Amino acid sequence: MTATEIAPVGAASPQHVPYRPPRAVRYGATAGLLVLLIAFPLVLPNPTVTSIGVFTMIYLIAAIGWNIFSGYSGYISIGHAAYYGIGQYTVALITIHAHLPGGWGLFGLLPVAGVVSALASIPIGFLLLRVRRHTFIVLTIAIMFILQLLAFNLTRFTNGSGGLTMPFPTWTGNFFNMPFYYVGLLAAVVAGAAAWWIRRSKYGLGLFAIRDDEERARGLGIKVTRSKLIAYAASAFFVGIAGGLYAPFVGSVYPQFAFDPTFDLAVAVLVFVGGIGTLSGPVLGALVLIPLQQYFYLQFGNANLYLIAYGVLFILILRLLPGGIVPGVTSAWRARLVARARARQEDTRPEDTGLKDDAGQKGRA
Amino acid sequence: MLILQAIIDGILIGGFYALMAAGLTLVFGVMEIVNFAQGILVVLGAYLSYALYSHLHIDPFLGLLITLPAMFLVGVVIYWTMIKPIRRDRVIMSLLTMFAVGTVIEGILDLIFTSNLVQTTTSYVNSSVQIGSLIFPEIYLYSFAMAVVLLSALYWLLYRTKFGRNLRAAMQNPTAARMVGIDIDRISAFTLGIGVSLAAAGGMVFGSTNSFDAASSYDLISRLLAIVIFGGFGSLSGALVASIVMLVIEDVVAVVWSPTWGQTTFYLVLILVLLVRPQGLFGRTAVRAQ
Repeated sequence: MTATEIAPVGAASPQHVPYRPPRAVRYGATAGLLVLLIAFPLVLPNPTVTSIGVFTMIYLIAAIGWNIFSGYSGYISIGHAAYYGIGQYTVALITIHAHLPGGWGLFGLLPVAGVVSALASIPIGFLLLRVRRHTFIVLTIAIMFILQLLAFNLTRFTNGSGGLTMPFPTWTGNFFNMPFYYVGLLAAVVAGAAAWWIRRSKYGLGLFAIRDDEERARGLGIKVTRSKLIAYAASAFFVGIAGGLYAPFVGSVYPQFAFDPTFDLAVAVLVFVGGIGTLSGPVLGALVLIPLQQYFYLQFGNANLYLIAYGVLFILILRLLPGGIVPGVTSAWRARLVARARARQEDTRPEDTGLKDDAGQKGRA
Repeated sequence: MLILQAIIDGILIGGFYALMAAGLTLVFGVMEIVNFAQGILVVLGAYLSYALYSHLHIDPFLGLLITLPAMFLVGVVIYWTMIKPIRRDRVIMSLLTMFAVGTVIEGILDLIFTSNLVQTTTSYVNSSVQIGSLIFPEIYLYSFAMAVVLLSALYWLLYRTKFGRNLRAAMQNPTAARMVGIDIDRISAFTLGIGVSLAAAGGMVFGSTNSFDAASSYDLISRLLAIVIFGGFGSLSGALVASIVMLVIEDVVAVVWSPTWGQTTFYLVLILVLLVRPQGLFGRTAVRAQ
């Protein structure tokens, strides 16, 4: 390897060169996190704490799913509650009409919720993806409200504002939250694996190309519309699963909580906080923010103080971490490495810089 | 005759929806900000009028002399403290910020006024004028007149004053406008102020004709966004036409079919329009993302 190949040190704008920690660190951190998440309810079996865990898992699945579309392709959707709601209604309607008992069997419906959401997302995505940027954002919100309205109005299916009631599982006490938590964790791991696989696949590179310059991506032969639609359906699939987990957990489905505008924005905010378009961003965002949000909710029993605290928290985060945690930390770390490599370059030969590892990396951490 | 009545109702009610939608679309046109808090700001305006009327016995229309400047200040303050500091991803970050601001306002309103539904019930809210077999509720007549006055004032401001010329320049090309010496920040702060006070004017009527609480804002914002998309984001005339069209469709469907399907029918029309014209009725052609 010659000095000219080691781009980062001498590159015109080094901030465009992404930094990734060594593979051992990345895999070690992932495994450590998984162990922590698996052990968490066993160490703290208090139902109040584990229910925070379940909500965190639901948002984690949704955030990873949302990021597959919005993070990778750059099309920001603030209407993914549409699929959250479809997932909830799918599970609730099948359970009620097939007279299924509450319990383990309902988790079998999660993939169904995902598939129904993904199928519904295809015509919707076809309509939405004709426009870009802010028009796209606003249209996604509008579609979500249309579905909410339908859920209110199609009373024969959804019982309108009366909502649907799910059968409760027979689990009791500390154990009640555990199945939801572990199934949620499993779904989150699957979503994470999908996000990881898409990110490093050729298809994923196509999505990033669309994010960076859609016309040029088209010019390079990427089937732009199809790529976007597939990503949209994939993200709808996971958000639908999140909804499918939520419905039996809370035991009821209401139009305003199924197609919930605050869900949309919460998911977007936590991905932005973690770092949009990154793998670890949605995970970090969900694991930090949702417990905090749930803590506020439990702390301020009445809704209004909670709303104020939640809103102020959002404002502070958006103000203090506009770029997200992951990009912020990695760029600071990379700057440090570059500085150290520069310093070393001055007394040794260029081949010995510590940057060989990431010179060929394409993605961001 | 019922249908004619429904059309007239739709036009009259559409008038004050046009006020709120005009505020939303104007703010978007100037600074590409989707003001997701517009719904709760309408409710804030409604509560201000309600409080003035129920505690100080100030007529809501007269009270606008107090609420409009107050809400203008709210808008200006929101711009300088919340929107101005945003450096990157302005479109999405401003939307999320406005959502957060709206959440805080919702919490505060809920804290002060509780979640009991209230309505500003002035003497003329339930009276109406009858011409032939057509009924004109007085409150709608007054509010329609007010909407015409305020929107005319807005058009005058935009098309007959130096401020309006600067504002339109900022809408067409912010960079070029800045280069010829237009203070974009000042224009933006003023525009948000105007947008928020228009929300307050609409809110006054909303609070007189509906019983409301802080949570009413979600229904409002969904309608307002739909109106603005239908008319074309950033287009003032589009917002006016779309408001009337939406309310007329809603009221006519309510009469000939069922009230629950009025809004849904409008949304279906919206989707059909978008299939043909993704940028909305009066929208500028979607320019390439910068």
